[in-house]
Order: sequence, then C-alpha cells, then structure tokens
Amino acid sequence: MIEMLEFLILDNLVYILAIVLGVILTVAYLTYFERKVIAFMHVRMGPNRVGPRGLLQPFADVLKLLTKEIIFPKNANKFLFLIAPIITLATAFAAWAVVPFDDGWVLADINAGLVYVLAMTSLGVYGVIIAGWASNSKYALLGALRSAAQIVSYEIAMGFALVGVLVAAGTLNLSDIVRAQEGGIVNWYIWPLLPLFFIYYISGVAETNRAPFDVAEGESEIVAGFHVEYSGAAFALFFLGEYANMIIISALTAIMFLGGWYSPFTGDSWIAQPNIIWFLAKTSIFLYAYFWLRASLPRYRYDQIMRLGWKVFIPITIVWIMVVAVMKVYNVGPWWN
Amino acid sequence: MTKFVKYLKSLTLNEIRKGLMLTQKYFFKRKFTVRYPEEKTPKSPRFRGLHALRRYPNGEERCIACKLCEAVCPAAAITIDSDVREDGSRRTTKYEIDLFKCIYCGFCEESCPVDSIVETDIHEYHFESMGKNVMTKEQLLAIGDMYEEQIAKTKQQDAKYR
Repeated sequence: MIEMLEFLILDNLVYILAIVLGVILTVAYLTYFERKVIAFMHVRMGPNRVGPRGLLQPFADVLKLLTKEIIFPKNANKFLFLIAPIITLATAFAAWAVVPFDDGWVLADINAGLVYVLAMTSLGVYGVIIAGWASNSKYALLGALRSAAQIVSYEIAMGFALVGVLVAAGTLNLSDIVRAQEGGIVNWYIWPLLPLFFIYYISGVAETNRAPFDVAEGESEIVAGFHVEYSGAAFALFFLGEYANMIIISALTAIMFLGGWYSPFTGDSWIAQPNIIWFLAKTSIFLYAYFWLRASLPRYRYDQIMRLGWKVFIPITIVWIMVVAVMKVYNVGPWWN
Repeated sequence: MTKFVKYLKSLTLNEIRKGLMLTQKYFFKRKFTVRYPEEKTPKSPRFRGLHALRRYPNGEERCIACKLCEAVCPAAAITIDSDVREDGSRRTTKYEIDLFKCIYCGFCEESCPVDSIVETDIHEYHFESMGKNVMTKEQLLAIGDMYEEQIAKTKQQDAKYR
C-alpha cells in the first residue's frame, strides 16, 4: 500500500514537473512569438539580435529580470507585496492540472474539471487586488480596482458560455467533453455554440487583462496598473502568470469548442488520427489570435468594457443556453442524435 | 429601426473582421527595417559628419588661418590660434573643434576659401572620457589623411551642384 502511494506521488511529481516546465518554456517563447507577430503586423522585424533570428531573446529577458533588484515601495506591506505574484502564478499553474492534452494525458481526471478551471482562473484576481493594495500606490490601486471589476464582470459571461458547453456535452469532465465531439469537424461544438464560442474567447481575453481589454495595465493612463511597483523576479512572476493564463484560455477554447485532440478530418488515413499535435495546433491558433487582436484593436474605454460584458454578452449567452437546450432535447444536427 | 439594424450589424463582428484582415495583410508585407550594422542606408555626398582638415597632394596643410570658419560658426565651437611659421607663411598653431558644441551645420566647410575644413560622412564615433570631445588639430589632420580619398570623391560628386 505504502509502495503504491509512493509510486503514485512520484509519478505525479514527474507529471507536474513536466507540465510546469512545459508551460514555462511555452511562456518564454510566447513572448518571443508575441513580439514577432506584432512587429510583423507593424511592418517591422521584431527581435533578431540575440541568437539566430533572435531565438535566444526570451532567455536574455529572463536573465535580465532575475538579476534585477526587487524594490519595495515605502510603507508597502511586504508580506502581501510578495504573496500577490505568487497567488497569480500558483492559480495560473494549478488550472493546468485538469487540462487533457491527449486521450488520457491528464494529471487529474476529475469530474468537476470545468468548475475547477473556472474557480482557478477567477482566483487569479486576488493576486491582482492584493498587488494593487500592497503597493501603496494610487496607480496600482486604480489598476487593481479596474481589473477586479472587469474580471468579475466577465467571469459571469464566461460562466454562462461554459454552461452552454455543459448542456451540450452533459458532463463537467474536460476529457469527456472532448470525447463528445469525436468524428470530424462537423461534430465540434463550435457550430451549435458559435455565439458562445466567440463570447467565451472574448471574455477570456478580458479575463486575462489583454488588449483590447487591458485597462488594468493601460500604459497611457495608469502607467502599468497593478504591477507598476513591481520589478525584477516579482514582476517576472506576474508576467509568467499572465501568459500561463493566456495559454490556458486558448487551450480550454480548443478543448471545449474545437474538439481538443481530435482531427478535423474523418476516415482511416494518418491525418484523421487523434493526436496531441491537433490540440497544440488549435491552442496556437487562439494564442495567435491574442496577438492579432492586440495588434489590430485600440483599447476599450472602461464604461464600454462594462457595457459589453453586462449588456451584450450576458443576455446573448442566456438566450443561447436556451437555444442549445432546445436543440439538445430535439436531437438537432450531427451533434445530438 | 436604424439603431436596431446597427446593433445587429455589430453582432456580426464585421468591422472587427475588417480590421483584423488589414493587420493580417500587413503581416505578410515586406518589412521596412534596416538591420543596421549589417545593412546601411545610402548616404548623400553632402552628408555632414565628423570634421577633417585636408592637405594638398604635396603634404602641405591647406589651412591658412583666415579664421573665417571660427567667425561663421554659429555655435562658437571652433577655436583657432595662429602664428607665422619659420618659412614666413601664416599657419594655425591651434585648431580645435568642440564636437559637443558643434551643430554640424556645415558653415565652416562653406566658408573655407581653400577647402581645408570639411565634414566627412563618418557618423559612427564616440568619446570614452571627458575632454575627448574637443578635436585637436593633429586629430583633425589625421582624419583628413585617413579619409582623403573618400572626401575627394564626395566633394567631386557634389561639385557640379555648388
């Protein structure tokens, strides 16, 4: 019994390490990818000095951040000031526990996976609020307030969009949600849940405080928002948390609406086989969309963000949940029959 | 009614799609960036960079200490002392340009009756300690000696427009 327990713990530790290292490496290269994509859309080159084609740029950035001094603002609450980036990072990483990378490739195959993910991504707001409060700076506090209101608002639209997925699949287990979408591109939930798909992704962008919903950072208005007083490794943790959250939103969109690890093709050829590569490719599309949106759209005004969240997204999601329920009851299309 | 139509149109995300397509088009465009140390943009023969004092082909320095450049310099960056040399000709004993004062207007070059002080097309230079910004006569002559070929070429190219 003890041996089995030990084996389980060791096994899980290896998996956790693999996921965490994978996420950190992905985040490192995501920053490179972001800078390249945005530069290309600005008709620039982007980073191309460090290493061949600038490929070592992320490591240079990390080294710079880690060797810098962590500055504590005067009268800042040191404990809260340090715990805030840790909360942000921990919740962003914890959500990865239930993400199925391939059939059976999941750390914790729990039945409440969807609720767990929702809980973890919304816990991240505590990191932001505490950071803004502990910094003892007006810009940080303003940024934290904005961010808190925004995340709480979009949490609702996001939750309703997930209820749509829950109704469609009849399960909260992420692996089972993917399995319910087996059989080519027509069986994916993106088609019956199209409005929910857009709302989920846009809410995800708002939830991670990314452009065009980045009023929490708002360089031109409140300098850098809640992390204005952070430097060095503490800032790096915020950065890591934000990007890990972006990846998880993209991965979840791929899982819930684009059929996770399933191929868009049907048949017996190699291209129609389910594979982790499909999952990664679908996730990458949404990561690219993050940067695409950032390069294309100007920042929303604060009241416009609130209007979009409360007056547009929530009514649409509520209506569409009913539509999905009706479609499910009457076994519409290739999805429910 | 129009408000309702507008609302429906906004739900199609058509405007956002248009904006995204535009940025996507630019994504594939040829980039304007010049990779600086490896690639350089062409320079005009009139480019006004680091100064140099020229010599005649026989090795005699051109400058006759007329001090026109010192007089015309709007930033008062040039300082000249002159004396009579052993052979009786008038020459500078001190010719200094403070490159921190200099605004690279090229008036010194324009005013010079013997084409002695010129501005070369060198723009990549720096100073490593205080005081190095003042170029002495020896330094200026050395630059002139080193880049004489280049200076003569650019002056030749520009001559017909003067």
